[in-house]
Amino acid sequence: MSDSHDHGKSAAPAAPHDSAAPTELGHDAHHNMLLGLYWGVGGGLLLATAFTVYLSYQDFGSRNANIMVGMMVATIKVGFVAAIFMHLKGEKWTIWKFLLFTMFFATGLFMLTWLHYADPIFGTSHNNH
Amino acid sequence: MQIPHEVTARPDTGLYNAKLGIWLFLASEVMLFGGLFSGYIFLRMGAEEGYWPHGLLNVPVGAMNTAILILSSVTVVLAWASLKMRKFAAYKLWMGISILCGAIFLIVKLAYEWPQKFEHFGAFIKQDALAKYEPMLGNRHVEEENKKPGHTKIDPRVEISGHLHEVEITADPAEKEKLEAFLHRHELEAKAEEHDAKLQVIEGKHLTPGVAEDLSKLPGVRLVAFQLALDPVNAAPDDAESDKPHFWYKGATEKIGKIEAEDVESWSAFVPKHSPYFAVYFTITGLHGLHVLAGVLIMLYFWLPIEGGANMFKRNPEHLANRVEVVGLFWHFVDLVWIFVFPIFYLL
Amino acid sequence: MSTAATTHAPDDHAHAHDDHHYDPGFWRKWVFSTDHKMIGIQYGTTGLAFLFAGFCLMMIMRWQLAHPGDAVPVIGGLLQAIFGSAAFQTDAHGHAGMLTADGYNAFGAMHGTIMVFFGIVPVAFAAFGNFVVPLQIGAIDMTFPKINMASFWCFFISCIFMVVSFFVPGGAMKSGWTAYPPLSIMADAGPLNHFIMNGQTLWGLGMVFNITASLLGSVNFIATIIQLRAPGMTWMRLPFFVWAQFVTAFLLLLAFPPLESAAVMQIMDRAFGSSFFMPTGLVVGGHPAHWSGGGSPILWQHLFWFLAHPEVYVLILPGIGMVAEVIANNTRKPLYGYKAMVGAILVLGFLSFIVWAHHMYMTGMGAKVAGFFQVTTIMISVPSVILVTALMLSLWGGSIRFTVPMLFATAFLPMFGIGGLTGIPLAFNAVDLYLHDTYYIIGHFHYVVAPGTIFAIFAGVYHWYPKATGRMLNEFLGKMHFWLSLIFINGVFFPMFLQGMAGVHRRWYDGGATYEQLITPVIHWNNFMSVSAFLLGAAQLPFIVNFFWSLVAGRKASDNPWDATTVEWDTPTPPPHGNFIKDISVHRGPYEYSVPGADKDFTPQTEAPKSDRPPGVGVAGPIATHPH
Repeated sequence: MSDSHDHGKSAAPAAPHDSAAPTELGHDAHHNMLLGLYWGVGGGLLLATAFTVYLSYQDFGSRNANIMVGMMVATIKVGFVAAIFMHLKGEKWTIWKFLLFTMFFATGLFMLTWLHYADPIFGTSHNNH
Repeated sequence: MQIPHEVTARPDTGLYNAKLGIWLFLASEVMLFGGLFSGYIFLRMGAEEGYWPHGLLNVPVGAMNTAILILSSVTVVLAWASLKMRKFAAYKLWMGISILCGAIFLIVKLAYEWPQKFEHFGAFIKQDALAKYEPMLGNRHVEEENKKPGHTKIDPRVEISGHLHEVEITADPAEKEKLEAFLHRHELEAKAEEHDAKLQVIEGKHLTPGVAEDLSKLPGVRLVAFQLALDPVNAAPDDAESDKPHFWYKGATEKIGKIEAEDVESWSAFVPKHSPYFAVYFTITGLHGLHVLAGVLIMLYFWLPIEGGANMFKRNPEHLANRVEVVGLFWHFVDLVWIFVFPIFYLL
Repeated sequence: MSTAATTHAPDDHAHAHDDHHYDPGFWRKWVFSTDHKMIGIQYGTTGLAFLFAGFCLMMIMRWQLAHPGDAVPVIGGLLQAIFGSAAFQTDAHGHAGMLTADGYNAFGAMHGTIMVFFGIVPVAFAAFGNFVVPLQIGAIDMTFPKINMASFWCFFISCIFMVVSFFVPGGAMKSGWTAYPPLSIMADAGPLNHFIMNGQTLWGLGMVFNITASLLGSVNFIATIIQLRAPGMTWMRLPFFVWAQFVTAFLLLLAFPPLESAAVMQIMDRAFGSSFFMPTGLVVGGHPAHWSGGGSPILWQHLFWFLAHPEVYVLILPGIGMVAEVIANNTRKPLYGYKAMVGAILVLGFLSFIVWAHHMYMTGMGAKVAGFFQVTTIMISVPSVILVTALMLSLWGGSIRFTVPMLFATAFLPMFGIGGLTGIPLAFNAVDLYLHDTYYIIGHFHYVVAPGTIFAIFAGVYHWYPKATGRMLNEFLGKMHFWLSLIFINGVFFPMFLQGMAGVHRRWYDGGATYEQLITPVIHWNNFMSVSAFLLGAAQLPFIVNFFWSLVAGRKASDNPWDATTVEWDTPTPPPHGNFIKDISVHRGPYEYSVPGADKDFTPQTEAPKSDRPPGVGVAGPIATHPH
C-alpha cells in the first residue's frame, strides 16, 4: 500500500494551489474548456436516457437480453458520470486502489445471486409453490 | 490546533483530507446500495412467473426526474469550476440551480409518484381461481401470443388492479356501532346489496385500499368482494395493446370489475407489502431519497451566506471550492445510483 | 493556535504546542469532545461496561443450563422485578427469578449482539484505535474530529436502542444474534405489538445506528493513517497495531453496509409488512402467515454473513495488533517477520470477504459452491497461521519481562491457537453438517474471541492505561486477574468441545435435560462450566477494583514506563490536546529493541540518528517516501 505511486496524472482543476494566489489567465482558459466538456457530457447523458427509454420498448428476443441491453447503457452512463463529473479519470492512485477493491467485493456480493440459483441443489429445493 | 491537509493536498498522496474521506464514504455507499441491489436481483430471480410486475410506474415522470438529476450533476460541477475560477456570482447561480433540481426531484417523488401508488389497488388471484377471472386476465390470449416465436414471453397474469370503488362486506349486527362510527369517520356510505340482504356495500371517494384494510380489521366485519375501476390491462386483456408496458402512463379505465375476496391470495395498495417488487422499490427509492435530501441540505449550507458556507469565499475560496467538490462527489454518486434505479424499476 | 492558517504546510506542526492553554469547558472536554483520546476513552468505558453486561447475561443463562427450571438464587427476585414476567417467572418451588424460555432466547441473542457489536468492536477497534493510532503515527488528532465525535454519539444512540429493547413488552430480540428470518420477522410482530417498540425492531434500528457509527469511525481511521502520518513515518515503519487497525477499518467500511441494508429490509418486513425475507406459502402453527410472500430467508443469511465473516476478523485483528505491540516491547526484540505479518494481514483482510458462505453449509448449497467456500476458508487459515507463528517466533531468544500485559499477550497465543485450529474442521462441510449449531461451534469461536481477543484487550488495557491516565495499574491485582481468568476461562470453554462433539445443541434451553439419554456422558459438564463461569466473573473483580482504584491511587507513571520505541510514548503522560509538545519526525522502524551498539536496549522511532551521519542522509526526509 503505497501512495508514492501517484503518477501525477491529476486533472488540472483538482491540483491544489495556494488559496491566496490570484487566478491566472491560463487557468481560466483551461476551465472554460472543461465547462464545454461538462455540458457535452451532460447533454450526452440526457440523450442516453432517452435512448434507454427507447430501447426498453424494443424487443431483443428475451427478457434477459432486454435487461442486458438496458444495463449496458446504464453502465456506460455511470462510467461517464464517474470518469468526468467525479474526475475519476486522472484521479489519484490511492483512491483507485480502494475503489478497485470495493468493485471486487461488490461483485462478490452480486455473486450471491448466482450462488443461490446456479446451484443444482438449491435449484430443486427452491420451488415454494 | 489545525489538522494538516485540510485544504492543501498532502504531497505524497496528492489528496486533501476531505477528498479522501468522501471517496472512502462513497466506497461504503457502493456496498450499501450493493446490498440492496443484490437483494433486488435475488428477489427478482426468485419470483414466480407473473409475480414480478412490469409497467406499473410512470415512465415520463421517472425520465423527467432522471433528466433533472443529470442536469443538477452538470450544474454542481459547474459551481465547483466557478469557484476554481473565483467567479462567485456564477457559483451562486449554478449551486442554486443544483439545489432547486434536487428539491424538484424530491417533490415529484414524494408529492406525486409515491402517493399515486398508495391509492392504487391490486389483488393477486389464487391459482385455482385464475380461470374464473379469465375475462379480466386474458391468460389464454397470453398463451396464444407466447406460442409465436422470436419475442419476449409475456408473463402469465395473476393480478387484477385498478381503483377501488366499493367493497361488499358482511357485518355482525352486534358490532354495528363500531362500523357506523368507522364509516362516519371516513365519510363512507353503506347501502344494502340488491340481491343479497346479508351484504352491505361500502362506497365513498375516501375508500382507499388502506381504509378498506382498516375496515376489514373491524370486529365482526368480513370482506366479501371488491369492485374496482380496472387498469387498462385488466379492462382489455386480449388487446395487443395490453401485451407490453407503455410509455405514457394510463390510469384506471371506466370499466368496472368485481373480485370475490375468497378468490384473492393477497390484496393491498401498491405499498411495500404488495410484493417484493414494491418492497424493494420503496426501500431503494426511499434510501435514495434520503440521500437526495441530505445532498440538498448540505448544498444549501454551502450556498447560504453563512460562516462555513458561501461567506467562506472571502476568507478562503480554495477551502470553499474543496467543500463544493466534496459535496459534488456525493451528489454525482446519488445521480449515479439513480441511473441504475431508473431502468431497473421503471423500464425493464 | 493558528486561526486563519488554512494553507498549512505538512511539516507545519509548530503550532501544536501552544495549545497548553486549551480549555474547552466541561461539556466539550468530557462529553461532546472532539479530541481523539477522549473519544477513545468514551468508547472504551462504554464498551467495557457492555462487555460486563453481556457477561452477566451469560452467567444467568449458565445458571439456567446447570439448574434448569430453578430460580436464580439471591438476585432472582431482583431480576424478575427489573426484566419483568416475559423473561423471569416464579419456579416450581415458589421462588421468583426463573429464566423463561423466551427470556433465555432473548438473553442469548443479546449476549451475542452486545459482545460482538457493543463490546469487542468498540473496545478493540474504536477505543484503542482512537486513542493509540493517532499517537503512534505522530498525528495531532484524527483527520475529521467532528465526525469522530458524531461516530461516538451515533454509537451511543445505538446503545440506548439495545438497552431499551430489554424493557419493551415481550422483551429483547429472541432470534439469535444472527437474527435469522422467518423467526426474526415474526417474533413480537403483528397487530398486538407496537410496530417500533418491540425487541426485534429496536434491534434493527440499533444496528443501523451502530453500523453508521462504525462507518464514520472507519472513514476517519483510514484517512488519518493515510494523511496524517508524521514526517518519516513510512508505511513500513508503521507499528503493526496501526496496520491491524488499517485493515480492520477497511473491513468495517466495506463489509458492514450490506448488513445495514439487510437491517433496513428487516425493519421494512416487520414494520410495513413487506416480504423481503418471507417465502410464499409460509405456514406457522397451522396458520398461513399474513405476509404476501415472494421473499427468501436465504437472502438474509447471505447479506448477514457477508458482513459477519469479515466481522470475525474485525474482532481478532486489533487484538493481534495489540499483542504484537506488547510482545515486541516485552521481549525487547523486534517482531519476527514484520513484513510477512503485514503481507499476511492484508491477504487476510482480502480473503475474509470471500469465505462467508461457510456459515451456510446447512442451507443446502450444492457441491460446486460449497467447494469454492471450502477452498477459500482453508486458504484464509494460511495468513492466520503466519501471524500467530510470527508472534510465537518473536518470543524466541527474547529476554522476556513477564509484566501483566505480557502475561495476557503470551496467553493469547495458545488460546487463539486453540480457537483457530478447532475452526479448521468446520471449514469442511461434511464435518460442519454434523457439528453445525452444537457447542463445538460455541467453543470454537469463543476461544477466538474470549481468551483470544478479550485477553488481547486486557493486554492493551494494562499496556496503555499509564499513557491514558498517568498512573500504573497495580501489578499484584493484575497478576491475580490474569491467572484466575486464564484458569476459569478454559474451564468454561474447553468442555464445550466435548459436549459439542457429543451433539449438544447450542439452543437447548434446559441444558439438554430433555435429551438426557442421548448425551449422558457429557451433560454433567454443564455444572462444571457454569461454576467456572461464575468464578470467571469473580476473577474480574480484581480488575474492576484495580481499574478504578489506580485512577486515584496508582503509582505515577513516567512518560515511557515500558521503555517502548513507538511514538505514542514520546508524549507527556497523559497527552495534552494536540498530543505532542515537540515536532515529531520518525527516523526508524517501530521495533528497534536491543540494537547492537546502541546506548540502551530501545531506540525510539523519533530519536534522530547519531551525529556521525548528517540528518536526512540514509533516512527518509521530512515527507514520507516509500521504499518501493
